[in-house]
Amino acid sequence: MVHWTAEEKQLITSVWGKVSVEECGAEALARLLIVYPWTQRFFDTFGNLSSPTAIIGNPKVRAHGKKVLTSFGDAIKNLDNLKATYAKLSELHCEKLHVDPENFRLLGDILIIVLAAHFTKDFTPACQATWQKLVGVVAHALAYKYH
Amino acid sequence: MLSAEEKKLIQSVWAKTQEDFGGEALCRMFVSCPQTKTYFPHFDLSPGSAQVKAHGKKVMNALSTAVKNVDNLSQALSELSNLHAYNLRVDPVNFKLLSQSLQVVLAVHLGKDYTPEVHSAFDKFLSAVAAVLSEKYR
Repeated sequence: MVHWTAEEKQLITSVWGKVSVEECGAEALARLLIVYPWTQRFFDTFGNLSSPTAIIGNPKVRAHGKKVLTSFGDAIKNLDNLKATYAKLSELHCEKLHVDPENFRLLGDILIIVLAAHFTKDFTPACQATWQKLVGVVAHALAYKYH
Repeated sequence: MLSAEEKKLIQSVWAKTQEDFGGEALCRMFVSCPQTKTYFPHFDLSPGSAQVKAHGKKVMNALSTAVKNVDNLSQALSELSNLHAYNLRVDPVNFKLLSQSLQVVLAVHLGKDYTPEVHSAFDKFLSAVAAVLSEKYR
């Protein structure tokens, strides 16, 4: 089980409290599809992904980004119980969605950069470190049920 | 590889950077990825370390060279490539870790000016630099 210090929990919840899940989620997913275009392979039904502008404005991307980050919020509410919290999602990503877990790590790194651009100097080194740990642990939990 | 548009974006963003960004990126990397400290047993890694700042400037200067020679990275970084392959032998996974922290520093300082297009161009550029630095490893 992952151990979180009181300081780490504080850094997570204080950042999360100021995040617009809808905006941040949309931004993170859009950037994933832009910076790592091969990730578009999972989104054939999303319509126009032909340029950064198209991707950023794409309503399906925005909606899905919101969905993904909302789920991330569940992780934050269950920091001491992540594997159980994500067990079903993990199975889904393996058995139905066939997503390589490397993509979870890519999205995690992108999320960090979105947060950094949003919070600028308030995204301190300690903040970054805690969130890098969090996205790593979330990625691990999501990959845990893969077989 | 990098399009003309991406090269322009990289050069215009680079013009907004400062030498200190290097030290900041290293510091963030040491905090986020403590295993990277194993390459610096000879350094004082405490906050505000002059050695880290100096090393950060070295990194930024090397990247400036890369930015100016983006069409010819292999040649421009050949010495550095030798250094990393034969002396430093830093495991290449660490280039990605530094790239992440560098991009966080850029995002912190540029805020919304670190647009998705800039982010994409930079990530590609730093990947290309990392590839050149590892190309003589074996």
